[in-house]
Amino acid sequence: MSWRDFLLRHQSEILARTVEHIGLVAAAMGIALAIGLPLGVMIVRRSILRRWVLGTANVVQTIPSLALFGFLIPVPWIGGIGDRTAIVALSLYALLPILTNTAAGIAGVDPAVLEAARGMGMTSRQQLWQVELPLATPVMLTGIRVATVISIGVATIAAAIGAGGLGVFIFRGVAMVDNRVILAGAIPAAVLAVLADLLLGVVQRKLTSR
Amino acid sequence: MGTKNSIECREVSYRLSSGDALVKDLSFEVASGETLILLGRSGSGKTTTLKLLNRLLEPTSGEIFIEGRAARDWEPVRLRRRMGYVIQDAGLFPHWTVERNVALVPRLEHWPEEKVRARVREMLELVGLPPQEFSARRPHELSGGQRQRVGVARALAADPPILLMDEPFGALDPVTRAELQREFRVLAARLGKTIVFVTHDVREALLLGSRIALLSAGRLVAIHTPEEFLLAEDIEVREFVASLGADPEARREQ
Repeated sequence: MSWRDFLLRHQSEILARTVEHIGLVAAAMGIALAIGLPLGVMIVRRSILRRWVLGTANVVQTIPSLALFGFLIPVPWIGGIGDRTAIVALSLYALLPILTNTAAGIAGVDPAVLEAARGMGMTSRQQLWQVELPLATPVMLTGIRVATVISIGVATIAAAIGAGGLGVFIFRGVAMVDNRVILAGAIPAAVLAVLADLLLGVVQRKLTSR
Repeated sequence: MGTKNSIECREVSYRLSSGDALVKDLSFEVASGETLILLGRSGSGKTTTLKLLNRLLEPTSGEIFIEGRAARDWEPVRLRRRMGYVIQDAGLFPHWTVERNVALVPRLEHWPEEKVRARVREMLELVGLPPQEFSARRPHELSGGQRQRVGVARALAADPPILLMDEPFGALDPVTRAELQREFRVLAARLGKTIVFVTHDVREALLLGSRIALLSAGRLVAIHTPEEFLLAEDIEVREFVASLGADPEARREQ
């Protein structure tokens, strides 16, 4: 069977797995953003908390991804076989770049600008929303971009715990010793990562060049 | 407001937690409408003093009165909106246009939008920046001198009775600095604001001050009018006067 026939034969499954893959990444990124952005803001001016939070996130990042998926399976409520566990694991991975870049972006705002903001009578909430967050946005977006690309890659391993996604082809291909099957998962995953990176890059440039 | 004191400091000290005092037993008054210069070398406590006035820092002892009311009884945000604040690097918001920067405090105070726009135009003209040309620019599209003009316009926008200025012209080239100093002197006389102006430049102090307070190591050495300052006997004052050196220009401008 030629490569082309193979793709045609499997196109509907490739499409379905791609949608599944995007779903996993989107859910994980949603959770990571909902936790990472506020937490990143919170830890900027609290050095002890910052050390603990970033330390923990760093340790999580060093756990091999397959092992992390495995560790989570026996954990009650979030664990088990299936996409819930995968989404939790993916969010944990996405958290570190979002946290560090949010904190770094805000910490990098020119102190003279902040002094002026305070001295002119802005409340801390106004400083955060009108000055610190807008000025930190480009750096924060870099973090979101990195986190998205990492998640798309790591999400291929989610198939190992039955969460579906493009990893299904990869694991199946390895088991069948069939490179075509592996590539049917690997190529769309790589294309997704490149597309996500390009798209977020455009958003970033739009927001920065205002 | 009449002639009552706009600002009064009574034995104000500011100590770090290490115990070092940045400002020690400082007492002075600033009459309504006058320009008091806080002059001193770096580390003399002049910027600290300024930040104590708008409660960016809190005195560790002593009391400050603003418009007859103890500073610690003012709500800090309210107090600061009654005191324009201009710093050396202007501290303009880089992501905002000139128009938005100048409109900052009026918008925080929820002025009607039409009044805000009119006020911004008026302020930009006051500081010599034609609004049609400058309103839409961003701070990085301005020269250093223009940025400081915007900084002054922003500080004046909500018409605060008091203006605090921390070496506002310190980072400018000598020609631009002299130009802004001259213009500022006219502006200050016209607006009748109470101004506290920090500088280490004795020429600037002599040119702009109605009185000059010399600080050294966190203490007040003396307060003089510019005329008295040139003739004063205190060693620290003489050192500053001597630094004028072979530069008779500053004296003549007096």
